[in-house]
Amino acid sequence: MSADLRYSDTERALASALADLLAAQSGWKDVLARTEAGESYDAGLWRAVASGVGCAGLLIPEPLGGAGASYRELATAAEQFGAFVAPVPYLGSAAVATTALLSAAESTVNTPAGSGASADLLRRMAGGGTTAALAAEFAASAGSGFPGSLRLAALRPGDESAGVARLRGTVRSAADALPADVLLVPADGVPQGLYLVDGTAPGVHRVPVSSLDMTRQLCDITLDDAPGRLIVSGEAAARAVEDALAAGAAILAAEQLGLAQRCLDMTVGYVKERRQFARPVGSFQAIKHRLADLWVSVTQARAVSRYAAACLASGDEDTPVAVALAKAYCSEVATHAAEECVQLHGGIGFTWEHPAHLYLKRAKAASVAFGTAGAHRSALASLASIAPP
Amino acid sequence: MLDDGVLSEETLTGDEIRERVRAFLTAHDPRTMPRQDFLNARWDAGLAWVHYPPGYGGLGVPRALQAAADEEFARAGAPDNAPERNPIGLGMAAPTILAFGSGEQKSRWLRALWTGEEIWCQLFSEPGAGSDLAGLATRAVKDGDSWAVSGQKVWTSVAHHAKWGLLLARTDPGVPKHQGLSYFACDMTAPGVEVRPLRQLTGEAEFNEVFLTDARIPDADRIGQTGEGWRVAQTTLMNERVAIGGARALPRESGMISPAVTLWRSRPELRTPVLHDRLLRLWADAEVARLAGERLRQQLAAGEPGPEGSAAKLVFARLNQEISAFEVELAGADGLRYDDWAMKRPETSNLYGRGPGFRYLRARGNSIEGGTSEILRNIIAERVLGLPAEPRADKDVPWKDVPR
Repeated sequence: MSADLRYSDTERALASALADLLAAQSGWKDVLARTEAGESYDAGLWRAVASGVGCAGLLIPEPLGGAGASYRELATAAEQFGAFVAPVPYLGSAAVATTALLSAAESTVNTPAGSGASADLLRRMAGGGTTAALAAEFAASAGSGFPGSLRLAALRPGDESAGVARLRGTVRSAADALPADVLLVPADGVPQGLYLVDGTAPGVHRVPVSSLDMTRQLCDITLDDAPGRLIVSGEAAARAVEDALAAGAAILAAEQLGLAQRCLDMTVGYVKERRQFARPVGSFQAIKHRLADLWVSVTQARAVSRYAAACLASGDEDTPVAVALAKAYCSEVATHAAEECVQLHGGIGFTWEHPAHLYLKRAKAASVAFGTAGAHRSALASLASIAPP
Repeated sequence: MLDDGVLSEETLTGDEIRERVRAFLTAHDPRTMPRQDFLNARWDAGLAWVHYPPGYGGLGVPRALQAAADEEFARAGAPDNAPERNPIGLGMAAPTILAFGSGEQKSRWLRALWTGEEIWCQLFSEPGAGSDLAGLATRAVKDGDSWAVSGQKVWTSVAHHAKWGLLLARTDPGVPKHQGLSYFACDMTAPGVEVRPLRQLTGEAEFNEVFLTDARIPDADRIGQTGEGWRVAQTTLMNERVAIGGARALPRESGMISPAVTLWRSRPELRTPVLHDRLLRLWADAEVARLAGERLRQQLAAGEPGPEGSAAKLVFARLNQEISAFEVELAGADGLRYDDWAMKRPETSNLYGRGPGFRYLRARGNSIEGGTSEILRNIIAERVLGLPAEPRADKDVPWKDVPR
């Protein structure tokens, strides 16, 4: 195996800078307060992580103004976003939409205009000033086929000469789409393709939904003959969506790892302080063994998360296996870590005033997003030649 | 473990190591030299374990270069030292002797240990001291220049082949338990040392009981200071867990998952949806564990050892048990048969050989041998996570006054 599963010095420096920034500007009390305010995403924090640490354009090549880094660095950043349950659209924009656009731009069958539009959008996204989101259900996973809920509609006069298509349909529970300036819309029809839709265009309706994960606001998207521009069509469009969902799953797995590590750290810290029966509760074996097991799971999750990021970064042929393994494993570790965090904090862990619930909600929602653990293990059946009955 | 920090030829590269091996092979033709002479010469040339210090079979270079030397010797068809015959010697005795042995002891023991001329075993556990190893009762009483040792040891693999045993014995019952132990090399052929096979639940006897009855050990065979035995034993135990948890790079579908997934693929009529779900989970868990092992090796090779090593054995034990249990169920009617209950003495320990029933039964030992999973969880909780220790009834109490 050639994949390096450690952290490079660059990755360590990135993680440390981002952790400092998030600790200073995104404490859990701020995050909790924001969930009850009108503005569910923290635009100021997004500007800070984009300009301060370059998180918005990590995957974007340097000629387009990005950092020209790889999925390894992005995964390292994702761990920190998970550790702070940060309300920024990095996953939808810097991971998923960016991957779709890079895939579209690389494709040899894209339209010349589409190629230019992808590059132009990536250039605007590199500094974080513009964000984009894939108009797909957050629960959608790679391998489940081209999303079919959005379709091409009849053109209006002048559309053809303007190079505009009309898009119609509804997507429920999309992540990071509410604050997005641009939507990437996978639409069925002729041609089946991936279209760019301006968020402010007429016919684009986004309705925030009350989300299980209070720190990652979902919305329902309805397109009512909204104008879009084709950037890539046919198989290349399907591949762009697949690539985007796979990258989303791998980066989310890294986020889950960071979340799990933080839940473990918080809980270990608490059981050292909390005293009952005239002893720290962390001196009881019933508690110690659970935390030891959790620590073991986190070490395993780290290895598989690193492997998935390394495979994506190098375009390894084992990437589908690596991504399925990482999302399946990290989903369960993160939810388990958050559940243990609540339980081992006892009563305080069940309150609104303690951050454990923010982690629990993000962990549970993330375990469904981009495919459940079960869905990814099912994918391994064909990937690893373990045929069903 | 290079405690003395000898790194005399730190600048050697893999190619230079290969060159040395080729030069050695030119001067020592493995096809004509007797095996033992060849191995002795290889040790003398520092090409046995290249990360050991010069004079003790090595060149004082990083451990990662060993693979280059081994490959060159294998390419030439040279005999190896049959490491599977001396796992405790190579895996545990050698690093302990290197770290705590005197120069005279290293010279006396390491060469015959590495060549396999002298097999080593481990005399630690006792019927009354398993997880609480430091509470052991085997007594060593000083008598002139030697020690008189009496007691009973258990779970001693390869004792029936061994020349030497790593012995932990109580030399001072009047101090708290950890402080009264000393560490010896026990001549297994000496009078008063009796080895009896210990039959295990698989039917065979990989292990032995060892009865020590006024056995005499020269003081020159004590390793470390009198009363320092616990510290020395920690080195041995740490290396044991590394050895059990798996220190080699392994391909996908190695170990216990291999026979299970092979059976699944070859017998479609055995498949059910419930078993499919279980196998996918086990396959994924096994692959993740393999990646974690790979990550650990990369960290060690880069000189960044982390605490992750203590996770490896826990995961290894749990997975071996779950996968082998699955395999018996998958085998169905065949899972009801057992190849052989006859009492045998296997030459080496093979966890994955024989049939599903054997694998299932043998795997039960994985969470007991080399530190139970419960003790490993305590170690992780206290040393890695920094959680407070349980209150202990035997702390600061002389061993002889501890109720038992």
